[in-house]
Amino acid sequence: MLTLLGVAVVVIGFLIRLNPLLVIAAAALVTGLAAGLNPVDILAAFGKAFNDNRYVSAVWLILPLIGLLERYGLQERARLLIARLRGVTVGRLLLVYFIIRQAAASLGLTSLGGQAQMVRPLIAPMAEAAAEQEAGPLPAETRFRIRAEAAATDNVALFFGEDIFLAISSILLIKGFLEQSGVIVQPFELSVWAIPTAVLALLIHGTRLLLLDRKLRREAAAKSGGAE
Amino acid sequence: MITLDFVYLLAGLAFAGFAALSFFDRANRKRLGNAAFWGLLAASFLFGSRLGDTANGVLVLALILLGGFGALGQGKPATTSTEERRASAILRGNWLFVPALIVPAVALLGTLFLKTAHLGAAPLLDAKQVTLISLAIGIVLALAVAMLWLKPKLMAPLQEGRRLIDTIGWAAILPQLLASLGAIFALSGVGQAVGIVATRYLPLDRPFEAVLVYCVGMAVFTAVMGNAFAAFPVMTAAIGLPLIVHKFGGNPAIMGAIGMLSGFCGTLTTPMAANFNIVPAALLELPDRNGVIKVQLPTAGLMLMANTALMYALVFRF
Repeated sequence: MLTLLGVAVVVIGFLIRLNPLLVIAAAALVTGLAAGLNPVDILAAFGKAFNDNRYVSAVWLILPLIGLLERYGLQERARLLIARLRGVTVGRLLLVYFIIRQAAASLGLTSLGGQAQMVRPLIAPMAEAAAEQEAGPLPAETRFRIRAEAAATDNVALFFGEDIFLAISSILLIKGFLEQSGVIVQPFELSVWAIPTAVLALLIHGTRLLLLDRKLRREAAAKSGGAE
Repeated sequence: MITLDFVYLLAGLAFAGFAALSFFDRANRKRLGNAAFWGLLAASFLFGSRLGDTANGVLVLALILLGGFGALGQGKPATTSTEERRASAILRGNWLFVPALIVPAVALLGTLFLKTAHLGAAPLLDAKQVTLISLAIGIVLALAVAMLWLKPKLMAPLQEGRRLIDTIGWAAILPQLLASLGAIFALSGVGQAVGIVATRYLPLDRPFEAVLVYCVGMAVFTAVMGNAFAAFPVMTAAIGLPLIVHKFGGNPAIMGAIGMLSGFCGTLTTPMAANFNIVPAALLELPDRNGVIKVQLPTAGLMLMANTALMYALVFRF
């Protein structure tokens, strides 16, 4: 039971907004001590785990490419592309991206998209451009809100799409764990039963995106009304 | 055979480059902090497998102390102005998207076709890591195309990469650290303790109660651990299998599929899932670290209700 103290450290640390790196170090220490490990063993276990998980940080390899393309106007090009299209709104644009991202993920193509590859260089600037086209220059708060919506769309579409694919790691984990417990299920059954949730995710998040358009329009009207 | 070591070598060299350029960046008051931080990360990528566990632990601790106590500043490498970028965007047109699209295209082709490719008798790629390796190959190819076409200064990709990694700052290692914390949690039996608490203190006498506790438990436990994969075995062993499947006769495939998806609702709400929630806030230069989470909360709540309702409607019927 004492090991749950580490979880408490994490929750409290994040709530009072301490630096997350220090929170993690404290949580690892508390958890390990509660489980009866000595500090040197905890340090070694943490070092081993960090080394084993290097692939998590390997994704930053993309940054020199994205930065170089930004140097030559990738974000500006994404904006120009949107400025040429008529009838594009933030909500509609993100809804189209949602559908593409979710469909691709459901075919196992989870690397089509992502925060560093797609959202920062392309989707977020496009969404901002769509909003500017409707409402003119954006207040900083609205700009940040739209960027956050772009990031959220990528996440939601990925999470509720990828499990439809047979060979994704979460499906394999479910199958493997149930099998250890003596229950045999086929990956195909698991992926079929991920479909109802995927459809509801599209409906729920899609509706929210279209409502976002109305909200932005109201805000823009209020702003121009106030200026007159 | 190409393995993850190839990816780690490339990443290590990139971080070493960031470190070296940071060291000579006189515009950054904290240049030594940046150089030390990215340099240590480079060392981890290049030599991590040859260091012992304790040495790796000391390395991580140094990274945590540097990042945690504000040793990093923000490097400001010279880049193009907004006007220059606009002019370049107009001049070069939609071709600018091509290098950016090479990466997912190569990753896709690699995942589909290179998994089984052989060079002589040996497999060409480590099949388990094919996506990450293909992604790295795609990045190298795209970078080569961009360099040949745009002819920037040789150091430009590293300088621009440093510009971006410095906007992310210490948050760049947060996902990896959280994964490591997960390993400590597993080692210490945190999961079992949560399972005991959930089964001992919550009502589980009726099918609906079991479904509700299982789905909400998956979401909450995922939010705490930052990862549905850590929550699934615990919640399923404590509630899913003994109650929903064995006691009330539910379908294990439906329970597993929708249970995992309930966990993903928790992923949307937590700073512990840093690579999805905190890193994008840094990448998009949002002033609020939790800006992405706030936008996701309504969807997460509605999806959790939807998943609970779906599981109750389906799991005892099929």
